[in-house]
Amino acid sequence: MEQLNFTFPALDPASGRALAGVVGSGDLEVLAEPGAAGTTTVSVTTSVTGMGRVWEAVLTRVLAATPLPATKIEINDFGATPGVVRMRIEQAFEELTGSGREA
Amino acid sequence: MMNTAELLKRESFIELGARERARSLLDPGSFRELIGPFDRLTSPWLAAQGVVTQADDGVVVARGRIAGQPAVVLAIEGAYQGGSMGEVGGAKIAGALELAAEDNRRGIPTRAVILFETGGVRLQEANLGLAAIAEIHAAIADLRRYQPVIGIVAGTVGCFGGMSIAAGLCSYLIVTREARLGLNGPQVIEQEAGIEEYDSRDRPFIWSITGGEQRFASKLVDAYLEDDVGAMRASVHEFIRMGAPARHRSDREADFLACMERVDAAEQARPETVRAIYQKGL
Amino acid sequence: MAHETEISRGAAWLAALARDGATTGGAATVAGHPASVQVVDAALAGEPARFIAVVPDPRNPFPRARRGEVGLVEGWALARAVREVVAADTGTSRRRPIVAVIDVTSQAYGRREEAYGIHQALASAAAAYADARLAGHPVIGLIVGKAMSGALLAHGYQANRLIALDDPQVMVHAMGKAAAARVTLRSVEQLEALAEKIPPMAYDIASFARLGLLWRLLPVSRPDAPDAADIDRVERCLAEALDDIRADERRDLSSRLGQPDRRLSLEVRERLRAGWEA
Repeated sequence: MEQLNFTFPALDPASGRALAGVVGSGDLEVLAEPGAAGTTTVSVTTSVTGMGRVWEAVLTRVLAATPLPATKIEINDFGATPGVVRMRIEQAFEELTGSGREA
Repeated sequence: MMNTAELLKRESFIELGARERARSLLDPGSFRELIGPFDRLTSPWLAAQGVVTQADDGVVVARGRIAGQPAVVLAIEGAYQGGSMGEVGGAKIAGALELAAEDNRRGIPTRAVILFETGGVRLQEANLGLAAIAEIHAAIADLRRYQPVIGIVAGTVGCFGGMSIAAGLCSYLIVTREARLGLNGPQVIEQEAGIEEYDSRDRPFIWSITGGEQRFASKLVDAYLEDDVGAMRASVHEFIRMGAPARHRSDREADFLACMERVDAAEQARPETVRAIYQKGL
Repeated sequence: MAHETEISRGAAWLAALARDGATTGGAATVAGHPASVQVVDAALAGEPARFIAVVPDPRNPFPRARRGEVGLVEGWALARAVREVVAADTGTSRRRPIVAVIDVTSQAYGRREEAYGIHQALASAAAAYADARLAGHPVIGLIVGKAMSGALLAHGYQANRLIALDDPQVMVHAMGKAAAARVTLRSVEQLEALAEKIPPMAYDIASFARLGLLWRLLPVSRPDAPDAADIDRVERCLAEALDDIRADERRDLSSRLGQPDRRLSLEVRERLRAGWEA
């Protein structure tokens, strides 16, 4: 198990919160909540060690490519591929921006 | 047989995660989760062993209404740690059932539905999982005196270990053809008793013994459904309308013991014999 | 030193506890139960009680249930032994105590067992004990040997109070060490090292007691063949448990909650209660 932390520049805080995925084999869970204005933080707990650079690359691609609302993201990963990571984060943002159903 | 139009109208229940399964059974707009993922009540025991935890410990407690009546749905996420029961997830189920029974003693007719996708005790929390399962049994036995407790094994994990006993305590059990229900997992039986006794890799054999279709044909469950949200919801409504049965399946020890007298234990069990004996005796 | 005439701990303690009744002519082995489920009506603290034990039966028709496992017939027979008492006492003011004498190596593992629904047999036993408790029968689980997994869930874990002998061979667990090591992909040594740090994974009864699930942990000098002093001590403890249950209005299992190593079991319940009403 390894814990990794990242920060990315962002817009105003997100509104609401969102959940995507499960901590199942080859999958991950993403919890997204409003962050402090201007910064998105990502805290990753992963079952696979030594993949810090891969995480940085994937998260940069998803979170730094276009300006997104400031979000506090928690990721609990059980060996997801970069493609799955990307899909789950995008799902969480879709739910956030689509004024998701989570109360 | 379904035609294409009917197939297209179907919405898979099995493909839904635990939270969406619970939501699909509750009346629209009534879903309200207790101790949800953002409360982050996770397993300290897994974390201490270097295992990544899920924010809801794999159990969803959803309050709401079913057919307009107060209800609680308890849904186990089979994809997380095989749906295993640890301290937190187990206490969520037991505690919610206890509150539902308390409601009934105060005149509020709260019903419960349990979605079983579980291998039983989470071995990393061993004795705390086992204790929680005993408390789930106790709470089902209490609540079903007032209201039916409906169990669903949809698949694909199935329901095993101490939680299969919990399923056996339910007032009504609903399964699909993707469900398996049994006490001991195939690998454990093979390890304990040998491959001659139980070949865990012989899938048709395993399904012929513990599969949903066989369990329905043997009268060990009450409904055998297509994998469809609408069918699932309709069946839950029907069992709620029926109320708690006069005698639960778990209270029919005399009938089962009479059936056991007709079993030739010298011979290995065959699915068709099980069906014949239970169809006649139950 | 196991040989054919050796009797199990469960059988030894059942016989020992029926001693009082035997001298007064009050103890009676109840007929109509399989050889693997021994049922004795005897005195406990001067009042009639039912004692139930699952014991090995080398002639059990079901080959996977010959060594003291709880199998199909055992599950349903336990249910019958308990429900007989509940039915007999219905409508009376005094509910007879029921003592589950627990020495069960495991549930039965086999094809016959799965095919005929052993989960349903164990559910019958658990339901009967739970219903007896809810109906006001004091139910006491006395753990004298192994109390493993599904077997304990069927025979004893629904008791109002659990008492265990303080002895290295007394063990409560979800899965035997070797099997648990295989399933969790660890060696037995790794599992033992982990159990040192994680109390719920430990196999010794003192660690189990730390979880708050036992009412008493009771030392005896001869757990395999109890002497008079051992029997006295256990009988006194059973009598105290009986008083404790009768003095308690609760018929549920909530007396097991509250120890620090099980803090979250209580916290979850408190949080559920706080959010229960919208």
